[in-house]
Amino acid sequence: MEKRITISLYIVSLFFCIFIFRLFSLQVLKGHEYKKIDELNRIRVVDILAPRGIIYDRHNRALVKNVPSFDITAIKEDVPDDSNKLSSMSKLIGLKTDVLKSRLGGSAASPFENIILKQNVSFKEVAKVEARKADFPGLQVNVVGGREYLYGHSASHLLGYLGSLGHRQSEQLQYKGVPKGSFIGLFGIEKIHDMTLRGLAGKKILEVDALGRIINVVRIQRPVQGQDIQLTIDVELQIEAEKNLSGKAGSIVAMDPETGAILAIASSPTFNPNLFVRGIDTRDWKKLIKDSRKPLLNRAIQSQYAPGSTFKIITAIAALEEGIVDRNTNFYCSGSTMFGRVFKCWKKDGHGSVDIHRAIVESCDVYFYEIGKKLDVDVLADYAFGYGLGRFTGLRLDGEVAGIVPTRRWKQETKGERWYKGETLNTVIGQGYLSVTSLQVATMMSAVVNGGKLYEPYLLTDSGNRVRDDSMRKIRPDHIQLIKDALHGVVEEEKGTGRLAMSELVSIAGKTGTTQVVGGGSEEKDIPEKFRDHAWFVAFAPVDNPKIVVSVFIEHGGHGSSAAAPIARNIIDTFYKGRVKL
Amino acid sequence: MIDRRLLDNFDWGLLLMMVALALIGVMTIYSATRPVLDAAQKSYYMRQLYWIALSLVAFLLLVSLDYKLFIRYAYVIYALGIILLVLVLVIGRKGMGAQRWLNLWIVSFQPSEFFKLLFIVTLSRYLSYNKGRAGLGLKIMIKMVILFLIIPLVLILKQPDLGTALILFFIFIAMILAAGAKRKIILTLLIVSLISLPFAGKYVWSGLKDYQKQRILTFIDPQADPQGVGYHINQSKVSIGSGGFSGKGYLEGTQGPYRFLPENHTDFIFSIFAEEWGFLGSLVLFFMYFFIIWRGFDTAEKARDREGCFLALGITYMFSFYFFVNVGMTLGIMPVVGAPLPLMSYGGTALLSNFLALGILENVRMRRFALYY
Repeated sequence: MEKRITISLYIVSLFFCIFIFRLFSLQVLKGHEYKKIDELNRIRVVDILAPRGIIYDRHNRALVKNVPSFDITAIKEDVPDDSNKLSSMSKLIGLKTDVLKSRLGGSAASPFENIILKQNVSFKEVAKVEARKADFPGLQVNVVGGREYLYGHSASHLLGYLGSLGHRQSEQLQYKGVPKGSFIGLFGIEKIHDMTLRGLAGKKILEVDALGRIINVVRIQRPVQGQDIQLTIDVELQIEAEKNLSGKAGSIVAMDPETGAILAIASSPTFNPNLFVRGIDTRDWKKLIKDSRKPLLNRAIQSQYAPGSTFKIITAIAALEEGIVDRNTNFYCSGSTMFGRVFKCWKKDGHGSVDIHRAIVESCDVYFYEIGKKLDVDVLADYAFGYGLGRFTGLRLDGEVAGIVPTRRWKQETKGERWYKGETLNTVIGQGYLSVTSLQVATMMSAVVNGGKLYEPYLLTDSGNRVRDDSMRKIRPDHIQLIKDALHGVVEEEKGTGRLAMSELVSIAGKTGTTQVVGGGSEEKDIPEKFRDHAWFVAFAPVDNPKIVVSVFIEHGGHGSSAAAPIARNIIDTFYKGRVKL
Repeated sequence: MIDRRLLDNFDWGLLLMMVALALIGVMTIYSATRPVLDAAQKSYYMRQLYWIALSLVAFLLLVSLDYKLFIRYAYVIYALGIILLVLVLVIGRKGMGAQRWLNLWIVSFQPSEFFKLLFIVTLSRYLSYNKGRAGLGLKIMIKMVILFLIIPLVLILKQPDLGTALILFFIFIAMILAAGAKRKIILTLLIVSLISLPFAGKYVWSGLKDYQKQRILTFIDPQADPQGVGYHINQSKVSIGSGGFSGKGYLEGTQGPYRFLPENHTDFIFSIFAEEWGFLGSLVLFFMYFFIIWRGFDTAEKARDREGCFLALGITYMFSFYFFVNVGMTLGIMPVVGAPLPLMSYGGTALLSNFLALGILENVRMRRFALYY
C-alpha cells in the first residue's frame, strides 16, 4: 500500500514537471509571440484621413469643398443570424438580402471587423439607420472624407477627380504612407498636385474589447491637412467660357500674355467630377467612356487639329523676317494660283492685288501661297517651333499632346517619303500635316504680342513666369507691329474676317481660322455637322497693351469668323467687365 | 468536546494553503470581472467570499466529527446520493443543455458535485472491508463495477455531465489500483476494456451532445475552428503566454475583462492568473497546489487505519485530477472538459465541495495518532 502511494506521488510529480515545462514554453519561450497576438487582439489602429487642401481661383474663390460622406458598416459578429432580421435590415439599408449576405460573409473578414455594406449614403439614409440602431446592434455609420466640386461641371477637366486608393496603387512609392481607402487624385490638378493637396494621415491607436467596443484611446496622432492651392484661373471667366461652349464640342484657353498664367481653360463637353467622389458607379462610368463626344477628353491640351488660317501669323512673320516679302510687296489674287496643281483661295472671286496687311485682314490664301512658293518648309518650321508649336508647352496637366510641325526630316521619318514643295503651300495656310492644340495657339499668340518671349503656361499662382524660349525676340519690332496692326484690322476693318469679335469695351485684335474637314464647296448649312469645318479664333486685347490672349476652337463649328470670333469677344468682354469692377 | 491532542495534530499548513488559494481565487475573479465599460463591478467576487466563509464553517464542522462516522453510514449515504441523482433526472432544472440542478427551497445545487464525496467514502469503506490476500478477487470486482461504477455513471451521463462521469471513473480505477487487485484480473479487465472500447466509444460518441463532440475534435486540432470552440483554447494560450516571465501585473490583464477569453472567472481562471502574474507567479501557484496534494498522500500514508488511508487517497486523487484537467486545458494540453480549478474557480457548490473534501482529509490527518484512544 505504501509503495503504491509513493508511486502515485511520483506520477503527480511527473505531471507537475510536464506542466511546468509547458508553462515555461508558453510564457518564457513563446511569450513574445503571444504578447503580439494579445496586442493584435485588443489594439486597433484607425487611420484618420487628412483633409485635402482646398483649390482656389485667382480671386480666392474656393472651387472645391471637403464634405463628410457616410458609409454604413457592420460588425459581422453582432449581426443577427436569423433571416427575418436580415431581411428587415436589408430593407433598412436598401440592399438586396443576398448582396447583404455576401458582403457580410466575406471569407477573410474576422467576426469583429467592420465591414462596409454601403458607401456614400445620403443624410436621409444615415438618419434612418441611426434611428433604428438599437434594433440592429451591429450597424454603424462611419464618417469618411468626401469632396464637393462647387461649380459642378465647371473646370472639370482642369480640377480632375478623386478615387479611392486601390490595392495596386497603394504599393507604388508615391502612395507610401497613404492609408487604404484614402482618396487620391486620379486626373487633373487633383492628380498632378496630389502630394501637395493630400496632407498627412493621422492615426488613432485604440484599445478595444472582443466586441470591438473602444475601451481606451492609447494615442492620437493628428492628421496634417493638405496644403491649399491657388489657381491662376478666374472662375467667372471659366464659367463664361464654358457657357459659350455649351452644346458644342471645343475648347477655350485664356491666358495672360505677359506671364503665361492661364486665366481660363475650358473643354466641352464636360463631366461632373462629383460623380467620381467615393467611387463612380459602373453605369455612369460606362456612359462617360462610351459617349461618342468624349466628355473626359480635355480638348484644350489633349486633342490636336490643323490650325487653319491662324497659322498665317507665323507664315507672315517668317516671310517678313526672311525677306520674302516686305510691307509693300503685292501679289494678285484671282481666286487661285498654280503650283503643280491649282491652289484655291477661300474667296472664289479673288481679292485682287493685296499687300501683307490686307492678306492677313481678309485672310487671302493666294498671298500666302505665293510666300509658300519661295519659303523653305524647314525655315518656316523653325519659326513655328520658336513660337511653341510642335512641342509640349510645359503646362503641368496630364495628357498634353505636342502637335505636329512638319519638316523634311519629320516626313522622311514618319511617312518614309521626301517633302514635296506643294505641301509647303498647304502648310503656310495652316493645313496639311500641321496640327496644334488650342493651348499652343494661345501661347503662340502670347509670344507674338509680348515681344517674342515664349512663356511656359502655368496654373498655380506661385509657380510659372518661366520663359522657355526667347529666340523670337530677335524679330524686328516693326514687323511685329505690322502683324499686330493687321490682326487689329481683322476685327475692326470693314473687310476683316473677324468683325464679329469687335467689342464696345475694348479694342480687340485676332485671327480667324477654318480647318477643312472634307474638301468641297457646298453651303455650310447643308453639310451635316460631323463633316463641317472646325472653327478657330485667336485674339488678344487691348491692342496697344495686351492683357489677355484667348484662343477658341469649335469642332465642326463651321467658319472661324462666325462660330469662334464672337465667343472670343464674349470672353474678353467678361474679362474687362471684371477688371472694371475691380 | 474536541480532544486537545486533536487540535495539536491539526494541520494548519493545509488549512492555510486552502484559504490562501481561495483568496487568490477571489482576487483573480475580481480582476477577471472588473468592468471596463460597464459601470459597476459585478458582484462575483463578493459572492465567492460569502461562499468561502460558509465553506470554512462547513469545513470546521466536518473536521469535528470522526471520519469513522461517515464510514459507518457510508452505504446509507450512498443510497441517498443515488436517489438524488435519479431525482435530478426527474425534477431537475435544465441549464446549458444539461439537467444537473436540483432546486432545494431557496438554493439550487448540483447533487453530482457532492456525489463525488459520497462515492469516495463508499469506495473507501468497501475497499477496506474486502481485502483479499493477493488483491481483490473477480467476484468482488464485478460487484463493485456494477454497484459503484455503472449505476452512478449511467445516471450522470444521462444529465449529461461528462466531467463528473470522467472523474468518478478515474477515482474508481485509481482507488482499485491503490487497493491492489489480482494481476490476472487487472490484465483481463484491461483486455476486455480494450476490445470493448470501440463499441463503447461509438456508443458514447453518439450519446454525446454536439458541443461535447466539438470540444473533443477541437482538442485534437484547435486551429480547425479558431472562432468557435478552438477560440477558447487559443485565447487561453494567448492569455497565459502574454503574461511572460513576470506577468502584466495585478489588474493589468486584458484578456478577461475585454472578453477575449470567455468563462474567464470560472474554468479559465488560471489563464487570467497566469496573464497577470507570469511564469513566476504560476510557479508559486503550482507549488501551493503541489503542497496540498503532497499533504494528501502523506496523510494517506500516515493514516491510522485502511479507511482513513483510502479516504485520503480518494480525495487526493480527485483533487489532483481536477487540477491537471483544468490547468492542462488552459495550457492546451488536455481537452476542454468543463472542470473548474479547485479552490480558485468561481462557483459556490464546487468551492464547498472542495472544502468538504479537504475537510475529510484534515479529519483523517488529525486523527492519525488516535490509535490508542
